[in-house]
Amino acid sequence: MIYFDNAATTKAFPEVVRIMEEAMQVIYGNPSAKHIKGMEAENLIKEAQDVIAKSLKAKPGEIFFTSGGTESNNTAIIGTAMKNHRRGKHIITSRIEHASVYEPMRFLEEQGFEVTYLDVDKKGYLRLDELEEAIRPDTTLVSLMFVNNEIGTVQPVKEAGEIIKKKNPETVFHVDAIQAYGKMPITPKNMKIDLLSMSGHKIHGPKGVGFLYVREGTKIQPLIYGGGQQKGMRSGTENVPGIAGLGCACRLMIGEQYENADKIRKIKEYFQERIQEIDDIIDNSGEAPHIASISFKGLRSEVLLHALEEREIYVSSGSACSSNKKQPVSGTLNAIGLPDEYKDGTLRFSFSLENTKEEVDETIEALKELVPMLRRFVRR
Amino acid sequence: MKVTAFLIKYGEIAIKGKNRFMFEDALMRQIRFAMKPVGDFDVRKESGRMFVEGRGDFDYDEAVEALQKVFGIVGICPMVVEETKDIDHLRKTVLAFIDEQYPVKDFTFKVHARRGDKQFPMTSMELNMDIGEKLLDAFEGLKVDVHHPDVMVNIEVRKYIYIYSQEIKGPGGMPAGTNGRAMLLLSGGIDSPVAGYMIAKRGVRIDATYFHAPPYTSERAKQKVVDLAKIVAQYAGPIDLHVVNFTDIQLAIYEKCPHDELTIIMRRYMMKIAEHFAKEREDLALITGESIGQVASQTIHNLAITNEVCELPVFRPCIGMDKQEIVDIAEKIGTFETSIQPFEDCCTIFVAKHPVTKGNLKRIQKSEEHLKDVIDDLMKEAIDTTEVIHVK
Repeated sequence: MIYFDNAATTKAFPEVVRIMEEAMQVIYGNPSAKHIKGMEAENLIKEAQDVIAKSLKAKPGEIFFTSGGTESNNTAIIGTAMKNHRRGKHIITSRIEHASVYEPMRFLEEQGFEVTYLDVDKKGYLRLDELEEAIRPDTTLVSLMFVNNEIGTVQPVKEAGEIIKKKNPETVFHVDAIQAYGKMPITPKNMKIDLLSMSGHKIHGPKGVGFLYVREGTKIQPLIYGGGQQKGMRSGTENVPGIAGLGCACRLMIGEQYENADKIRKIKEYFQERIQEIDDIIDNSGEAPHIASISFKGLRSEVLLHALEEREIYVSSGSACSSNKKQPVSGTLNAIGLPDEYKDGTLRFSFSLENTKEEVDETIEALKELVPMLRRFVRR
Repeated sequence: MKVTAFLIKYGEIAIKGKNRFMFEDALMRQIRFAMKPVGDFDVRKESGRMFVEGRGDFDYDEAVEALQKVFGIVGICPMVVEETKDIDHLRKTVLAFIDEQYPVKDFTFKVHARRGDKQFPMTSMELNMDIGEKLLDAFEGLKVDVHHPDVMVNIEVRKYIYIYSQEIKGPGGMPAGTNGRAMLLLSGGIDSPVAGYMIAKRGVRIDATYFHAPPYTSERAKQKVVDLAKIVAQYAGPIDLHVVNFTDIQLAIYEKCPHDELTIIMRRYMMKIAEHFAKEREDLALITGESIGQVASQTIHNLAITNEVCELPVFRPCIGMDKQEIVDIAEKIGTFETSIQPFEDCCTIFVAKHPVTKGNLKRIQKSEEHLKDVIDDLMKEAIDTTEVIHVK
């Protein structure tokens, strides 16, 4: 079995599983309880906060736990828009965002907010001059993704942060770092980031947990109300096992961040080199260490995906998150202006520490057989 | 007064002459099968009536829902059973039953007693008057209306006394297994599960054949068909689902035959394969979800061409129905939500932009000549590699 779908989700580290089991079987107190069982659970949360804060050169109090990337993005976007709606109703984002950014934007448009969608160039990068032009006195939020989930472009986040704060210091800067965290250094303060979203299962942690970094002094309206946990920012008994697992995954990923990223990058580069042996392809990959995006001329990505699946090689078409929708071609793939005969045939290969060069070899051999065979039977 | 039993009314099967016992036994068998997950029930016949009586506690709604899926049942009457044949006792029971069943006491009623046990001290007429009077005394809002009552209070004095007042509609039809077996061509669409349901309703046991075409169709598409078979099986009983790998046949047709005839030719081979399994299992007919004119391959011309390859009769219960009528049934039986999940099935992959709508049998047969070197092997391969999933 070859798992090249690590941008969709990853296998949990064994240490993560162990600590989660402990959090359910041994340290199972409610962190809000006044007795020692509660305190033990609270300490697990604090440990996770510490690890994560350190990885971002941030303060523990700036880390809020959520149910994952989607909730983090929703909280950041809707929470900021609601909190600042008297000051302004203008928001900026890009055309290549994930659905968990795009859909909250659509919701806000229905509520009377104005959203500017920035275009990207043919390689999938933001144009900073367009960003600068778009910022207005009533712009309350700019939301940009760090690493694109479909093609792996790394956006110039630091430069964007500079421009935003220079033009309008009041504008809140949110960064969706779900594909970036653990793959490259992120320092929100340095990058002028106010809000940053992250998800646990992309870095060998558990599903159903993530965090939102909220820079001290940034005010957002909570989405979820109740018992006032996490300073009222996100009510509900904390997902202690998830948080403990998340903290553990962060510690393991960040500890050797640069080496890890390098190891993954080597696999990806080897893949990019060998994929050139296949005719009529376009390599859309950006510089993220773990994501390769390849468009195959005249093929339907789903068919090639299932053909690889028969050989136990698992990849994504476009991105798994948007695959459920009826729109066959993704926003990002449209935005980078792929020729029509390539658009339908894009696969995403995404790598992790567990992958090897041998797996790449095997995959390339499979593609060499399958691609010409499937190209014989395209829709006439 | 909790409902402890159900009186089962069955219309059609009661008139089947000498076969009546066979039908009744089949119905009892199906009821026992359907009630097994609900609890412990005694199912029995008693002078032309069928009773389903709980031996212990059971969930009322679950029980009714299970009975509503048993073909052959026309009506389900929730009732209480009174074992003591004492008039005072009976009066109390009826009052408690009415009190429980109708929280708002504002309706007209009629008592309809039937004395089967002539040992019982009151005649039917006397019982009607006595119980009616007690009800009027007990509940102020009640009035008697012997012609068009809102509520008919039935009291049947037999081995025990049975009291019931309402009838819940059953699905009708005939009990499963009373009319042989047939092979359903099941796709992931809306129509074929409905067709299977409709034929099963006539007492026919169902086998099924599904054609999948990896890598052009996904595991999820296959799972969807298994899920649909499971829903149909709730009514029809267990289904043996034959999953045929159709890719190579489809590709051969695609390569060698005119593109605009692809769908018709494909369907002819599907019929042949389904018929092969049907004969193997001694099924007496094929079932499809076809409806005249719904798509290009279902014009009356093309249906005739598809039909031409079959020796067994092909039942098409949706043939005269509009899409909406089929959808209505799919929603009623619970297959619709599953059917509309968006996975490609093998019919949609290679569809021509302008498929033939008035196929010509001679021309189609001529096109099929192009396949003659390969098709026998491909058919054999497809049949030999077919996976059979027992769905229940």
